[in-house]
Amino acid sequence: MDEIVIDAVGMHYTPLNKQIRAAVAAGVKRIRLDNVLGQRFIANGVRGDVAIEIHGVPGGDLGMFMSGPRLEVFGNAEHAPGNTMDAGEIVVHGSAGDAVGHSMRGGRIFVEGPIGYRGGIHMKQYEEKRPVLVIGEYARAFLGEYMAGGTVLVLARHGGPAVAERGLGSGIHGGEIVLRGGVDPQYLGVGAKEVPLSDDDWVRVLSLIREFARHFGIDPAPLEKREEYTRVVPASARPFANKYAWE
Amino acid sequence: MSPSIGSLPPKYRVTVDRDQCMLCGRCVENCAYGAFRIEGDRVLTNSRVCTACHRCVAYCPRDAIDVSERPLDYRSHPVWTRGVREAIYNQARTGKIVLSGMGNALDYPMIFDRLVLDACQVTNPSIDPLREPMELRTYLGKKPQRLELAKKGNNEVELLTELAPNLCLETPIMIGHMSYGAISLNAQLAMAKAVTEAGTFMGTGEGGLPEPLRPYQKHMIVQVASGRFGVDIDYLERGAAIEIKIGQGAKPGIGGHLPGEKVNAAVSKTRMIPLGSDAISPAPHHDIYSIEDLAQLVRSLKEATEWKKPVFVKIAAVHNVAAIAAGIARSSADAVVIDGFRGGTGAAPRVFRDHVGIPVEAAVAAVDAKLRNQGIRNEVSIIASGGIRESTDVAKIIALGADAVYIGTAALVALGCRVCGNCYRGLCPWGIATQRQDLVDRLDPEGGGTQVANLIHGWTLELMDLMGAAGINSIESLRGNRDRLRSYMIDQALMDVLDVKSVGA
Repeated sequence: MDEIVIDAVGMHYTPLNKQIRAAVAAGVKRIRLDNVLGQRFIANGVRGDVAIEIHGVPGGDLGMFMSGPRLEVFGNAEHAPGNTMDAGEIVVHGSAGDAVGHSMRGGRIFVEGPIGYRGGIHMKQYEEKRPVLVIGEYARAFLGEYMAGGTVLVLARHGGPAVAERGLGSGIHGGEIVLRGGVDPQYLGVGAKEVPLSDDDWVRVLSLIREFARHFGIDPAPLEKREEYTRVVPASARPFANKYAWE
Repeated sequence: MSPSIGSLPPKYRVTVDRDQCMLCGRCVENCAYGAFRIEGDRVLTNSRVCTACHRCVAYCPRDAIDVSERPLDYRSHPVWTRGVREAIYNQARTGKIVLSGMGNALDYPMIFDRLVLDACQVTNPSIDPLREPMELRTYLGKKPQRLELAKKGNNEVELLTELAPNLCLETPIMIGHMSYGAISLNAQLAMAKAVTEAGTFMGTGEGGLPEPLRPYQKHMIVQVASGRFGVDIDYLERGAAIEIKIGQGAKPGIGGHLPGEKVNAAVSKTRMIPLGSDAISPAPHHDIYSIEDLAQLVRSLKEATEWKKPVFVKIAAVHNVAAIAAGIARSSADAVVIDGFRGGTGAAPRVFRDHVGIPVEAAVAAVDAKLRNQGIRNEVSIIASGGIRESTDVAKIIALGADAVYIGTAALVALGCRVCGNCYRGLCPWGIATQRQDLVDRLDPEGGGTQVANLIHGWTLELMDLMGAAGINSIESLRGNRDRLRSYMIDQALMDVLDVKSVGA
């Protein structure tokens, strides 16, 4: 059996995840979850090659510790989708809550709409793992704080600023935050600085824009103006150096 | 050196008895700080770099070396102590936060030393552990409020209640979380061998689980802290239990920072961060801003590991520890770790190490009382840590309500540590708090493992004797048994918190 459908109506998250795990173990490659309504932890810690379509609104920590699967949400996502994720992909046809991609080490997250506070906070990278978080509209305060690796891209498709709140990239010591439409410098956090995109940066960003457009069936052309983008990176690789002296 | 402050007096004086010295050079070889050199026919010393780690003393075949403290006294003054003065000189020069190592260095009264244990006389005879069974086995985790049983045929009963996973300890002494990075692989290996032999557990700290430790993973508690270093599903599944670290007794309320120069190839691999990059653990977990968020992480960890593993939550002992622990008890967590303000550390700001947090004795008593009053003591086990120095501390903290303890510094002392407090410099001559291979090689994991296992065994024997003397044959009868404690010169307010009577009462 290659594909199954699970009706999640009224179901607690544990039996729901048990069914998902059992299906993945049995070699199912596609799972459709219908009537999802607030079930947390969907696909938590699940490994392997499986695509899960989620119809409805999943609860917090969607795909936490996940290593491999692809989740596509037809609805909004709650608190911290992709938390401490290792590998795989989450595509949200809607908005997402706070701490999206918190401490994510690998994999990709695409959110069609806006996200809440602390998006991409403490994202990191290791060897070939470079996490990506692409946001279609805007992000709230504290985006990319303490970032140690990976890429956050905010496309500002709603017509307003990508980020217009404080704490952007505070304590960033690796990785990059790329914003369409620039950023008012007053919102840059401690240790973050704005730089123009290099040719290599643009190649990388352009491929993410096109991937985003494919996921949501939109025309990427209006987003492909290089001069509209700015890049926020660490002012130093050691944000907390010079704070301490040994006894 | 600053021109207007000048140099400060060295902390120690190292002298070599030249009549005894045979110029073997072991001191030169062993000192990682460069305090010795041989010139011509004599060993010369540089006292200023000495940390009183005693490596030279321990390896001098002729007992020719003497290390003494404070050879040059400041004018003695009860307010302007040496520590206070030297911190000011340091900050006048640097304008920075002063970092320090090991645990709380202020001379607060030690509550443990003002509590005495009980023994039987005449009535209720004491028990000899040599001839009577003495039960020290401890289960950590949720206990059901009630059991549902069903009668089967042939007079047997069936347990209907689903039991939560528990950790089974052969002795209520575990080793707390000291990360790979903060300490060496050989130090971790030695302790892993010891806990495996003793039938107990140790923590990984927030440094991942290095591959050579995997053979001991059934005795390892894996830590999830705010930096999430080394955390993936494989790591979570390997651990016997998972511990969420919210705070640490040595530095409550602040995060951690492993500087890039300590992130070598092996540390980079286990923490899963690039070589040479800073490893910053933020002060809070940024997905936990409330008890509800904590409950979500606890359940998320359980869901990811299919509810097979206990999840512990570690907090620093702070003013409102009891109310916080009551929240944790309702979060689906299986145990709460209370880390008192004497807890050790590789590095902490001096002001935090010495001034923030409360003693573990008061914290555990308050947490145990609060959980009992709310009828939820069975929901979580209490693990006490931070300043447990000997078996009597274990007996006393269990009598104050703990289920088990974590030791940290005591286990390192069993590996040779002399508590010199220079852990942060990465030059530990005992091979403990260092990643320099030639120093790490000095610590033999086999021999070190035996020493730590011996320590746990010795304390366990003492615990049995202490219990037997008090007429108690099971650790469960000691737990929260404050009647077995009396306070000696403790004020009434603290006696009320501890719920312990005065000596003579």
